[in-house]
Amino acid sequence: MLESSWPLLSLLIWMPILGGVLVLLLGDGQRALGRLVALAVSLATFLFSLLLITGFEAGAAAMQFVELRPWVEALGVNYHLGVDGISMPLVVLTTFSTVLVMIAGWNRIAYKPSLYMACFLIMEGIVVGVFSALDAILFYVFWEAVLVPMFLIIGIWGGQNRIYATIKFFLYTFVGSVLMLVALIYLQFQAGSFGILDMYGLNLPLSTQVWLFIAFLLAFAIKVPMWPVHTWLPDAHVQAPTGGSVILAAIMLKIGGYGFIRFSLPVVPEASLELDWLMILLSLVAVVYIGLVAMMQEDMKKLIAYSSIAHMGFVTLGFFIVFQVVLNAGESGAILALGGGMVQMISHGFISAAMFLCVGVLYDRMHTRMINEYGGVAHRMPVFTALFVLFAMANAGLPGTSGFVGEFMVILAAFQANFWYAFFAGLTLILGAAYTLWMVKRVMYGPVSNEKVGALKDVDGREKLVLGILAVAVLWLGLYPAPLIEIMEPSLENLLQHVMASTNLN
Amino acid sequence: MTNQAFETPDLTLALPEIWLLAMACVVLVVDLFSNDRDHGPAYWLTQLTLVGGIVLTVSTQWGVDASTFSGTYVADSLGAVLKVGILVLAFLGFAYSRDYLRDRGLLKGEYYMLGLFAVLGMMVTVSAGNLLSLYLGVELMSLSLYALVAMDRDSTRASEAAMKYFVLGALASGMLLYGMSMLYGVTGSLDLAEITVAAAELDDRRFLFLFGLVFMMVGVAFKFGAVPFHMWVPDVYHGAPTPVTLVIATASKVAAVGLFLRLIGEGLLPLLESWQHMVVLLAVLSLLVGNTVALVQTNIKRMLAYSTFNHVGFILMGFVAGTPEGYGASVFYALTYAFTVAATFGLVLLLARKGFEGDHIEDFKGLNDRSPLFAFVMLILMVSLTGIPGTVGFYAKWMVLKSVVEAGFVWLAILAVIGAVIGAFYYLRLVRYCYFDKPVGDGPQLTGSGGFRAVLAANGLLVLVAGIFPGTLVAICMAVFL
Repeated sequence: MLESSWPLLSLLIWMPILGGVLVLLLGDGQRALGRLVALAVSLATFLFSLLLITGFEAGAAAMQFVELRPWVEALGVNYHLGVDGISMPLVVLTTFSTVLVMIAGWNRIAYKPSLYMACFLIMEGIVVGVFSALDAILFYVFWEAVLVPMFLIIGIWGGQNRIYATIKFFLYTFVGSVLMLVALIYLQFQAGSFGILDMYGLNLPLSTQVWLFIAFLLAFAIKVPMWPVHTWLPDAHVQAPTGGSVILAAIMLKIGGYGFIRFSLPVVPEASLELDWLMILLSLVAVVYIGLVAMMQEDMKKLIAYSSIAHMGFVTLGFFIVFQVVLNAGESGAILALGGGMVQMISHGFISAAMFLCVGVLYDRMHTRMINEYGGVAHRMPVFTALFVLFAMANAGLPGTSGFVGEFMVILAAFQANFWYAFFAGLTLILGAAYTLWMVKRVMYGPVSNEKVGALKDVDGREKLVLGILAVAVLWLGLYPAPLIEIMEPSLENLLQHVMASTNLN
Repeated sequence: MTNQAFETPDLTLALPEIWLLAMACVVLVVDLFSNDRDHGPAYWLTQLTLVGGIVLTVSTQWGVDASTFSGTYVADSLGAVLKVGILVLAFLGFAYSRDYLRDRGLLKGEYYMLGLFAVLGMMVTVSAGNLLSLYLGVELMSLSLYALVAMDRDSTRASEAAMKYFVLGALASGMLLYGMSMLYGVTGSLDLAEITVAAAELDDRRFLFLFGLVFMMVGVAFKFGAVPFHMWVPDVYHGAPTPVTLVIATASKVAAVGLFLRLIGEGLLPLLESWQHMVVLLAVLSLLVGNTVALVQTNIKRMLAYSTFNHVGFILMGFVAGTPEGYGASVFYALTYAFTVAATFGLVLLLARKGFEGDHIEDFKGLNDRSPLFAFVMLILMVSLTGIPGTVGFYAKWMVLKSVVEAGFVWLAILAVIGAVIGAFYYLRLVRYCYFDKPVGDGPQLTGSGGFRAVLAANGLLVLVAGIFPGTLVAICMAVFL
């Protein structure tokens, strides 16, 4: 493992958290100063997180920027941080998205803005903690703690039905994660350590592994979310303020996907092999069925929420077809599957953030999310329409955008597993185009439908900045994904070899 | 026994209790001669007594392992930790109670005196090395608490609560005593150390011994308020003046942990197999009943009463394994839970004013608009009681879960975490009222002096600090049993 000379990851965790506390202490009396501090902290965190990329030793599979010191000595819990090619991009995605949320919420929040900014900053630190924790208990601490700021964000700044939505969100995720806690305690008991990497070496009997897999599955599947435990997500998204939706879609869902690749596959590989059919089935249901559900939505946010579930189906599909791919085509195809899932996570982070921000732009002006109350927006907001169409194309998986890369990699790998997997996964190209572009058509094009639309003003500089940055990101990842894949590949190969060795598939 | 020479007991070992007893009498006398309508001298002397007690306990008993008064009194680290907990909780209780009692005309010198005697009883209980001193401590604690509950004699609700508490409490004490008599009958000794030895080599008298054990378990379960010996808890919590509820909900739970550990956990450890399943049963019932009934409560004191069962269930789960880790987890759980609940009652007292109890859940609507600080404190407390990481409540739950998983009771751990999820619902409801709702009418108004608020804020924020840096407290609780 590569030790770091100075605690960069700790800085990325604690700077936003302490910055959030500072913003909270400044209070609403100094509104302008508070948001300036909040923006500065998030920007600084993002810039520091870029050091992860520049300082990252590409080609190394081991954990980097490792920090290890005892935390609760009496119980053997360590403050153990580190990132590899799997988690590092997710950390940067987190710091990146938080900056956007800060800019997007700049003057939009009237009620208790300091608390709003503070919640997002604290959440940023906690999520970075989730992605970089290498101690199971530390991971769990961050994993659970992230619920509290999100609970407040939806509950305080949400829409009409926010209390129902936020309690549902909290209880759903809490149910899943407490069982994971029992699983982690059991694993510690077996491994003699809370180190996540120490748990990789356990050769538990299959029946035990299956129970552990189910506990993990519940925790991660609810977070991703997978069908049929997805119902909290549309509610939460619809009620959450724009910033909350962005973080929820761009980052929180990734925590679930990250859990699968960090825990389920390597810790209980035999159970993953045993139950991969279940995961593939659930993923395909998410892709196809949820795609159809998305098409029927009248509410733009709900539509994007359902499309998020469908897109996350590709992540879990990519992760769990590896066993069949390896059997049929060897390891290179399996890397394609894992890499596809990972790229899809990052890409979905950009696209869903952009989509929710676009809906936020419209909602700020019209105070409605209903598709049928729009129509002809393009006549009044040409710049916005151009950006929105770009993101919609990316959401539909158009080549040249980031949405294409991950899905294409997964579909390609799926062909090597089973033709029908690829066939059903490929349906998303039709479904995704259908629900996204149909929405674009109804909202953007046609004649101006009513006076409110007629009075719309195009995006201002702040909105242009946020959406512009995301447009660049979506195109960059779509046209030149190689650097990202290079970062991930060694870690994925390492993971795959470990999984295949433990399941005797190689 | 007969040729035992008379020994002067080593009084220095029992210095904390002697100090408390002497000071309780001083408080009584000083208050008699003071004209202060606010009973200021009695209050400050009481707090001084408690602080002095903490200092004496730490300096004379931590790290010691000795006994005195012919083995009836034990001075050791376990006792020291529990006593410091009890004294701190009593300190908080007295600090939060002044304004409330003054508004209701209940501020009397006897309140402090009775409070101190209750604390003394708890301290004797957790330091007992003999069945007699154990019982003496339990009764001193209980009788003082009965009187405290009844202090508001014009309130029918308080009188009813006191009556219920007294009758059922006396019954439970009788059970405890009856069980103890069986033990004495079998072993011929009142000394817990000798009983432990005898319990390890039981033969044909085993049946009688277990008979006694069952009765003692009933008595202990009553003091805990564990289901199915819980019927008194909601009414007493609800009926008693809130500061008294605070003491019953916090310090007396810590004392009950001491009672269990001295009498059964350590005293009858050789019979672990026999009492393990009783404790599992009590824990399971407490988890189930507590959580489900707490869901529908609208009075915060009743809600906390029912949710107590859930936490008692967790504390009992720590005992199930019969291991040092498990006991340490239970002690940690009891201390941190009591500390958190003390602050919760403190918040209720903060909202209470003349003619207004502030104990209805909806009274907290819009607290965040009135006081972001105390809304945040409420958030921390509820998050901690739910068991979310970042607060100390998580480590308590996790340590207990760890001990039961290692003892092979994975199903019990799963049941407990599902209970925690149900608990999340009613704890979050309070957060919801504080943060998501707007104040109704003139909304929650904060009362209380600056000192009260400062202590309460510190109490709440410490729950967060201890949640981020739990190491020391965990180490202390674990060191006790090594």
